[in-house]
Amino acid sequence: MELSEHLFRHEAGRMVATLTRIFGVHNLSLAEDVVQEAFCRALEVWKYRGVPENPSAWLMTTAKNRALDALRRERTARTFAPELTRQLESEWTLAPTVEEEFGPAAVKDDELRMMFSCCSPRLSEEAQAALILHILCGFSVEEIASAFVSSHASIEKRITRSKKVLASSTKLFDISGTVDFARRLPAVQRALYLLFNEGYHGASAEKAVRVELCHEAMRLTSMLLKNPLGAVPSTYALAALMSLNAARLPARLDGSGNLTALAGQDRSQYDQALAEQGLRLLERAATGPELSDYHVEAAIAWVHTSAQRTEDTDWATIICLYDQLMAIRPSPVVALNRAIAVAQREGPQRGLDEIRAIQDLERLANYPFYHAALGELEMDSGHLENAREHFAAALKLARNPMERTFFEHRIGACK
Amino acid sequence: MSEFVFLYRGGSRDGSPAEMQQVMQKWMNWFKELGEKGHVKDRGQPLERAGKLVSGKRKTVTDGPFAEVKDVVGGYTLIVAKNLNEAAELSKGCPILERDGAVEVRPVMKLDM
Repeated sequence: MELSEHLFRHEAGRMVATLTRIFGVHNLSLAEDVVQEAFCRALEVWKYRGVPENPSAWLMTTAKNRALDALRRERTARTFAPELTRQLESEWTLAPTVEEEFGPAAVKDDELRMMFSCCSPRLSEEAQAALILHILCGFSVEEIASAFVSSHASIEKRITRSKKVLASSTKLFDISGTVDFARRLPAVQRALYLLFNEGYHGASAEKAVRVELCHEAMRLTSMLLKNPLGAVPSTYALAALMSLNAARLPARLDGSGNLTALAGQDRSQYDQALAEQGLRLLERAATGPELSDYHVEAAIAWVHTSAQRTEDTDWATIICLYDQLMAIRPSPVVALNRAIAVAQREGPQRGLDEIRAIQDLERLANYPFYHAALGELEMDSGHLENAREHFAAALKLARNPMERTFFEHRIGACK
Repeated sequence: MSEFVFLYRGGSRDGSPAEMQQVMQKWMNWFKELGEKGHVKDRGQPLERAGKLVSGKRKTVTDGPFAEVKDVVGGYTLIVAKNLNEAAELSKGCPILERDGAVEVRPVMKLDM
């Protein structure tokens, strides 16, 4: 029997979230140990007796039994979740309490609660995203380092520090408080957005890794949409932008994970079902007065996805949308994307003018795709020598083998 | 055909959830392959790591594990093969070997009666 893909990763997230609620957030590492024990046990038993009918339930029950052992073993040495301490300390109430705390009603919001807890204002956005990936998606430090194309040491430091911050909070985030929920929600959305972008634009050369990151971000976002307080227009917009971009992912990366420029993409590879789902989500996002950057980005993705060919793209609308995005979340990168759209509509010279006029242009100096954009526009203007220089500058800044190959090809095209 | 016991010793217990799942999948594939070729008489049982050791005339009871952690037997399987060489050859596919473990291959003693 084949196990469903990612079963262990997703169960790891569920189990850690539930165990941390019962043990108390300060015992996060004990919860992780118990999860590891549950997996070891599954491995030992399943290989001889076969995979049980319901592997998720089997793992959860094992985690519960291991948790009981841990609670008995540790109760003199540790304190547990404050609101449960008394029931967990007495042998009379221990087992029934653990049983109840593992019940369907109790575990329902555990992952969401953990998601909000990971997005503590004491952590940077990158640290929040990495922590979510580690705790809720079951990625090891090694796997995160390879997904983020970062050194093992620096990711390990970030995760260790983030876990310490999380474990030093007095308790898990209370997701039942309407005001607090709304206040923390933007940070959660942002972390999921970063997670998605790391998959979509990120540096990993492995297509599978990138698709996985996108899927994880989408899975957690739909979890957020299932909560009445989380299902607000901006979350729908975030889910829409993920679906609409993910629909283009198969065409964006070729078989070996190489980047394909928008114009060279095979649009028949777009995932129509995802695109339609994205449009439905976008419609649900279009209620209320709020226009978030996620709304605008989803709309841009929709215009791209709905064009049959690159030359059919409605560039005027895209420029308009970038203007809106600049008003909500101005940045040199957004301005650069706007300039590229202007070039598509009004020619490469106009695009170059727009680029030169970008505020804080110097902040783009180390961004390889800034130089690549200049290269493309110079090439379109017939200035091959200039184009080659810009692509060479981009190549020098390339952050991974995939970008390197892409820029080398562009240099080769300057003939 | 003769019978052999595979004793699985040691093997890393670490790994990310994805790695653990991969290891699981490898074990299942290995057993499936052995089974399809008619080599598995009994998949066997996992053994708890803890236990007791009773020894000597004084019947001293000590708590296990009794060997170095890396040598603890975690389970066994009953295998059918032509001879010891074939059994050893079959054991080379065992996923435990990729995780710092070992397979001890022992013929079940035949009675000449």
